[in-house]
Amino acid sequence: MTVAPTNADLAVGKGPAGAPGGKAPFKLNFNLKQSGIYIAFALIVLLFTVLTGGDMLAPQNISNIIVQNSYILVLAIGMILIIIAGHIDLSVGSVVAACGAFAAVMMVNWDLPWPIAVIGTLVFGAIIGAWQGYWVAYFGIPAFIVTLAGMLLFRAITLMILGNKGIGPFPDEVRTLANGFTDGFLGNIALGPLGGADLFSIIVGLLVVAAMAFVQYRARAARLKYHQAVDPLWLFITKVAVPAVLIMFVIVQLARFRNLPWVLVLLAALVVGYTVVTNRAVFGRQIYAVGGNLQAATLSGVKVKSVVFWLFVNMGVLSALAGIIFAGRLNQANPTAGNSFELDAIAAAFIGGAAVQGGVGKVVGAITGGLIMGVINNGMGLLGAQSEQVMLVKGAVLLAAVAFDVWSKRRTSAAR
Amino acid sequence: MTDTILRMSGITKTFPGVKALQDVNLEVRRGEIHSICGENGAGKSTLMKVLSGVYPHGTYSGDIEFDGEACEFSGIRDSEHRGIVIIHQELALASNLSIAENIFLGNEQSKRGFIDWNRTNHAADELLRRVGLAESAVTPVIDLGVGKQQLVEIAKALSKKVKLLILDEPTAALNDEDSEHLLGLLRGLRDEGITCVIISHKLNEVMSISDRVTILRDGKTIWTADTADLTEDKIISGMVGRDLEHRYPEHTPSIGEEALRIEDWTVYSPTQPDRALVRGVNLNLRRGEIVGLAGLMGAGRTELAMSVFGRSYGVNITGKLIKDGREIQARNVREAIDHGIAYATEDRKRYGLNLIEDIKRNISAAGLTKLAKGGWVDGNEEHKVADEYRASMNIKAPTVESIVGKLSGGNQQKVVLSKWIFTDPDVLILDEPTRGIDVGAKYEIYTIINRLADEGKAILVISSELPELLGICDRIYTLSAGRITGEVARAEATQEGLMTLMTKEEQEVAP
Repeated sequence: MTVAPTNADLAVGKGPAGAPGGKAPFKLNFNLKQSGIYIAFALIVLLFTVLTGGDMLAPQNISNIIVQNSYILVLAIGMILIIIAGHIDLSVGSVVAACGAFAAVMMVNWDLPWPIAVIGTLVFGAIIGAWQGYWVAYFGIPAFIVTLAGMLLFRAITLMILGNKGIGPFPDEVRTLANGFTDGFLGNIALGPLGGADLFSIIVGLLVVAAMAFVQYRARAARLKYHQAVDPLWLFITKVAVPAVLIMFVIVQLARFRNLPWVLVLLAALVVGYTVVTNRAVFGRQIYAVGGNLQAATLSGVKVKSVVFWLFVNMGVLSALAGIIFAGRLNQANPTAGNSFELDAIAAAFIGGAAVQGGVGKVVGAITGGLIMGVINNGMGLLGAQSEQVMLVKGAVLLAAVAFDVWSKRRTSAAR
Repeated sequence: MTDTILRMSGITKTFPGVKALQDVNLEVRRGEIHSICGENGAGKSTLMKVLSGVYPHGTYSGDIEFDGEACEFSGIRDSEHRGIVIIHQELALASNLSIAENIFLGNEQSKRGFIDWNRTNHAADELLRRVGLAESAVTPVIDLGVGKQQLVEIAKALSKKVKLLILDEPTAALNDEDSEHLLGLLRGLRDEGITCVIISHKLNEVMSISDRVTILRDGKTIWTADTADLTEDKIISGMVGRDLEHRYPEHTPSIGEEALRIEDWTVYSPTQPDRALVRGVNLNLRRGEIVGLAGLMGAGRTELAMSVFGRSYGVNITGKLIKDGREIQARNVREAIDHGIAYATEDRKRYGLNLIEDIKRNISAAGLTKLAKGGWVDGNEEHKVADEYRASMNIKAPTVESIVGKLSGGNQQKVVLSKWIFTDPDVLILDEPTRGIDVGAKYEIYTIINRLADEGKAILVISSELPELLGICDRIYTLSAGRITGEVARAEATQEGLMTLMTKEEQEVAP
């Protein structure tokens, strides 16, 4: 456990400690490390849009990027939490396969109703997570070793369940969750030159954006009531408007294609839920405390072992969910499913701003990291690149992201 | 024979903001055992690090003359080459390697680039015989107790043709039998012509083994004298003879009921489960009272405090905790906090703070549930609470969102104190609350401690600085080798008296 000063913030443009005239002090906190990832994402999207002559942002392609990366993004959410706590999980790919296989056996071989099979699979994932969490948290084996063993163990279990062949097909409901779209409940609406688009999707998008703006506004009002520093109004509006425009853009594009993918709905719910947990729940705070300084967390009364244990259980459940989505998408549980998913999930977390020593990271960051890799995959595919070239670029991006993290830390600690 | 082997003159060593050594002079005669005594922080270890090249030439000022030649060591290998070997308090052995491999680590007995194991093990056996260690040279060091590891270190030093052997607190971690053997060995080495410099807190050992004694205090040499002309009392008065200035705020205590009583508290070492670090300690703390716990390094102060605080240190802990007249169980930190006990660690960076987080999240870390409803933290309330502490504790930072790692030591300590005060404890254990912070911030910390006592909290202050304990405490316990050796009221306490109790050997203590 390292306790070297690992603050990566680059506070630019320090404001005065207390502005005169009783006004709340204003400090523009431009956090390069945390904003950097979003800027990089925007630039990468822009680059591929230009290179592909706009194909990157075509309705069908946006839909593809979301559906094709959904399971990695689900895994990245669980992974970033584990990395924040200072651990790692190498087994998620195998757990995805095992859970997919178990789901297939329940749905296809045993003919269980799909909701029961889905719940059963999630419980199966939780048990796997509990198994690994026990060895890491209570027995004290490094997560690297436990999950490396798990990688083999759960792949073996997958093969035992499936015996070298795939099981399918899955019920329609499961396939819809993985691969399907919302129905055009309200019919289409004409959007001038853009042509027809699904009205329901657009209404959902507007509601989401409105809700987001409302929540942000309420938070700002509460901070003002407590006399805390807030962003000036123009910056606040920008910070709400830019994501709102981007979300509406994506939604409109999706509405022009085949409406909202169900996995997007699921992902959105997960992102919101886990963001709230990490920011506001006692449990979420304890994850950061454990990763930031294990001893200090222990001596502050945090039940460190239990926190780590439940993080692995959570990872198991999310792996099971990813397993169902992946199997549903292929319409078959496959013995080789989930190969190297763990690497994509870990890369997503680190590209998204997690620190190697733990204690730092955001769910939205991991999602962005995952999307960066998805966009690189997709964009290079559109350009006709070979898979080895894609790998080369992804490897370089991962190394660059972590190098930036290490560099910015060294810079801030040298400045002290 | 009054041949001088080592002469250090005018040694001055500064760390940023602190003068650790100031014009220190040390003369060691060939073939003597020379003890260096001083309080914690007097500069003994720094002086030895200068001598052994840990702080290379150029990072200090002054001259070193060894064996008749001026020396400018650029590193520890340099000084070892000349025959100066230092054995640190924390032994530096590779625990999975064998005794022989450790002895010749970095000095491998090789033939044409390959290690000659016969020669290595044979030479090691020879050295082990010299230090009186009846173990095979191929035994892994991990299988040896601390006492035997110490002997391996000495064998390693002998393999380097040592002329001057420096031992930093060699017996601090040893039991009586091992200590006795070690001291006998050192006498034997002296007779072979090896000069020893020993840093020790155990004055009876100093008196029995050394030929001469040098006293350091506040980074200065006080005097050097022949042991024959000395008494333990003289050494003590040399070590503490410092003026008590007005560095402590005035305080009139209003002492109330007993808040916590510790009965027959015994703690064993987690790494050596047969070694008791705290032995049958009894002490009590009353509301509104500031109680001091004095003890030298290795006396078991932190071990006592942390074991009381939810058994966060040590194994096989026995004894009773009686809080407000009722026996309590504090089996983990959470339970200790829930029973109203708080412990602010001596090492705030390693054990006290999450340095990459901001002030408010550090302040709320131990009392987060107080800010939460149904598992959800009220971030605005947290901000408000942190802001109140920032004001009341005078934490100098632009906002409570400032990163704790960027604050000064004094401000970090105020964050640690805020964190524990926020848990609203009845008993606060403060371990070295002013370590590494400047004089102005110290005064502020003392004022805060007084204020907490006035609020009716019972406070136990652990400190290496006797003047500090005398300046702020109403009552002081002394701890030596894990036992309470005295309890002194403020009015009767003197530095000399405390130092006598702190260096008292356990057999002199009534059971």
